[in-house]
Amino acid sequence: MSGLAMPKPDDATMRRRDEIVADMRIIVPGEGVVDAANSMRAFESDGLTAYRQLPLVVVLPQTVAQVSRVLKYCNDRNIRVVPRGSGTSLSGGALPLEDAVLLVMSRFNRILEIDFSNRVVVAQPGVTNLGITTAVEQEGFYYAPDPSSQIACSIGGNVAENSGGVHCLKYGLTANNVLGIEMVLMNGEVVRLGGSHLDAEGYDLLGVMTGSEGLLGVVTEVTVRILRKPETARALLIGFPTSEQGGQCVADIIGAGIIPGGMEMMDRPAIHAAEDFVHAGYPLDLEALLIVELDGPGVEVDHLIGVVEAIAYKNGSTTCRISQSEQERLSFWAGRKAAFPAVGRISPDYYCMDGTIPRKELPRVLAGMRELSEKYGLGVANVFHAGDGNLHPLILYDANVPGELDKAESFGADILRLCVKVGGVLTGEHGVGVEKRDLMPEMFNQIDLDQQMRVKCAFDPNHLLNPGKVFPQLRRCAELGRMHISGGKLPFPDIPRF
Amino acid sequence: MTTFTPTTSDETLSTVAWAVEQQSPLEILGHGSKRGIGRPLQTEHTLDMSKLTHVTLYEPAELVLSAKAGTPLAEIEKLLAENGQQLAFEPMDYGPLLGGEPGKGTIGGVLAANLSGPRRLKAGAARDHILGINVVSGRGEAFKSGGRVVKNVTGYDMSKLMANSWGTLAVFTDVTFKVLPAAETEVTLAIRGLLDDAAVAAMAVAVGSSAEVSSAAHLPERIAARVADGALGSDAATLLRVEGFGPSVAYRITALKKLLGGAGPLQEIAGEVSQVIWRDVRDVRPFADFSEKPVWRVSMTPSQGHHMVLALRMQAAVSAFYDWQGGLVWLRMEEGDPQDALLRGLLRKHGGGHATLVRAAPAHCAALPVFEPQTPALAALSQRLKQEFDPKNILNPGRMA
Repeated sequence: MSGLAMPKPDDATMRRRDEIVADMRIIVPGEGVVDAANSMRAFESDGLTAYRQLPLVVVLPQTVAQVSRVLKYCNDRNIRVVPRGSGTSLSGGALPLEDAVLLVMSRFNRILEIDFSNRVVVAQPGVTNLGITTAVEQEGFYYAPDPSSQIACSIGGNVAENSGGVHCLKYGLTANNVLGIEMVLMNGEVVRLGGSHLDAEGYDLLGVMTGSEGLLGVVTEVTVRILRKPETARALLIGFPTSEQGGQCVADIIGAGIIPGGMEMMDRPAIHAAEDFVHAGYPLDLEALLIVELDGPGVEVDHLIGVVEAIAYKNGSTTCRISQSEQERLSFWAGRKAAFPAVGRISPDYYCMDGTIPRKELPRVLAGMRELSEKYGLGVANVFHAGDGNLHPLILYDANVPGELDKAESFGADILRLCVKVGGVLTGEHGVGVEKRDLMPEMFNQIDLDQQMRVKCAFDPNHLLNPGKVFPQLRRCAELGRMHISGGKLPFPDIPRF
Repeated sequence: MTTFTPTTSDETLSTVAWAVEQQSPLEILGHGSKRGIGRPLQTEHTLDMSKLTHVTLYEPAELVLSAKAGTPLAEIEKLLAENGQQLAFEPMDYGPLLGGEPGKGTIGGVLAANLSGPRRLKAGAARDHILGINVVSGRGEAFKSGGRVVKNVTGYDMSKLMANSWGTLAVFTDVTFKVLPAAETEVTLAIRGLLDDAAVAAMAVAVGSSAEVSSAAHLPERIAARVADGALGSDAATLLRVEGFGPSVAYRITALKKLLGGAGPLQEIAGEVSQVIWRDVRDVRPFADFSEKPVWRVSMTPSQGHHMVLALRMQAAVSAFYDWQGGLVWLRMEEGDPQDALLRGLLRKHGGGHATLVRAAPAHCAALPVFEPQTPALAALSQRLKQEFDPKNILNPGRMA
């Protein structure tokens, strides 16, 4: 990524910066426009901190009308716009561009409606993920998707990234828990999709907007499903001498018809780093540590714990602890939840990857990673959403050693290529952003990518919204629009016709 | 009039490419079990996908199944059942309602119509379970989107875009779905004799409890007798389905009884009877009368459905029952007039949503908007998407118009 090419700044826009800033101040009066370099510094990167860029100007609108006017203004003048929520993206989705307005949605921070009988909450996009749960938990409800950044990440950003979390195997991703949105298109039009009813009418644009990484529209309101909190949750902490046994245990749990609330695996380096850091009491002489959390009515959880325990022993677990209290359950999670900072302690820097693989390929991918680790001379620790095959390899490097960042990035790219090779994908939940943009051709051919760009063309034909993200190379919509025709004869003269 | 019957993805591609070049529209057909829905087509040619069959990948432990788009849904459901699994979104069968045979339909049609069933409330619809697709667009281009893993945010979710597109954007050749374990046990708790408003209140309490109710439907008096060969008798029945492992189901049913004890007489229904009741609710059996009386499928805010029905009753003779906690209203217009303007006006007044005229006389289907009309901005956006993927209007032209 060090060699990451971003769209060339538009000279005309750069020259008109003062005028644009002044016009923004008219559209968003008060303190909603930030143009001093030192004040814009806070916005120069997101969770992917290796990349920094000051935007043209930062605009923080407060109303839908302001969002609409800003976008229309920019669309009419060919000015690029980068939307931003809380800036926790791990793939550089909110990385500013030098010639783009950074549209920050953090002042859209109110919950608009709580409706327990229909189990929905309507929130502005800047409300944090956890903020929704906080608003309803006194009545025993919660919002299910729980990305690890939930304390800070915004619900609008969750829609843009289709965020997951440790509970998504059972409760789904953002896409499965959002019922409706209001959004503004680049041309300033305000569109509502879905609502507090199920399934939107017509094409599933809500589905395509979810996970579109800020390239299609700016979300200004979100309606989410809330759920009743499960009565209880208990966890098992299970250790295995090999990752194959751990993987087989996961497969057998699912084979037994059990979908746990959470199922996480850590490899030896991750176990050791976590234990050194938080002293969760993890056993150390293991290759795989599995946390299985079961939630629901007490009677169900107790029943399933017995089943899972038997499966674990059958697969040769050397240790299997069952939480006897809420405190113990949380202690099982403490190490896993602290895995990233724990790895941060044993290495000056780490680079977090996010591929997903068919679960059965885990041993092969782990072995491949060990080989790559030797090849690049960099360590790697693995945490793994085992239920859904989502890997988070943490590559250990030192940014102060010249060339190590490049090496870490090449290592990461090789891991993702391996994921794709075994039938997996580049990103399970962190998004493509700028980080994995240039790897898209590993998974998609040009025709596949062209179709995705066609969606883009229907929403934003001038490529003004968040350009430089997701697509390795932008093709002009007019060029995509040409039809290629070949042949002209009746196809397959021998295919059956009636 | 030619019917093309491809047996491979390549044949599908070349047929569509040919039609594009000839500018000759195609009707895309599986088994035709939902052919009556949408504006009737008058295309010169038909693309019959029912011979593009076979399950190409099924790995129960990975919870994934891929099939060619023309594979019969019945075949897939049988295979899953043999392995203790299911399509958790419980795709409905329109056959009985539309006067066709039950048990028809292809897996491609399931996605094209974004089918679901009573478990939609908890488990989602086809769009929530689709993992990846291979399709041929109306430009005659074959492409893929998504993959075979559950967690994937690589690029736009084109599979969802294609869900509910009724064959107007692309022809599916392959689909990959997430599959899930089937419940070990199911028990239905019925509250008897409630009027609509009391039933909707009871369903909201039940669904909002920790009993993990997977389906909640209300069959008013007279409708109740029309499911499961009259097994429910004729009193109104408010149905709550609880599924899972035996001990858990027993516990949750007890909890629900405690919660709803005051609501009305309670009845527990287990085993096959429970399954048949939910299948009949799913397939709208109460209105499967071999008539052309208009039937509407209305999705709206659960607490608003019965208010809308009450308002409608003041101006038209309707039969109604409710699924999805009251948020899915099935309406039969007893006087033969679809009353679309009246219904859609009342729908907007009651919080909005969408109404689809799933059954009507052909003249009505041709003259009225079958699907909910969209706001101008949304309609324009949908039209631009259609233009991107099918610029010559080759695929099911006008069906969603």
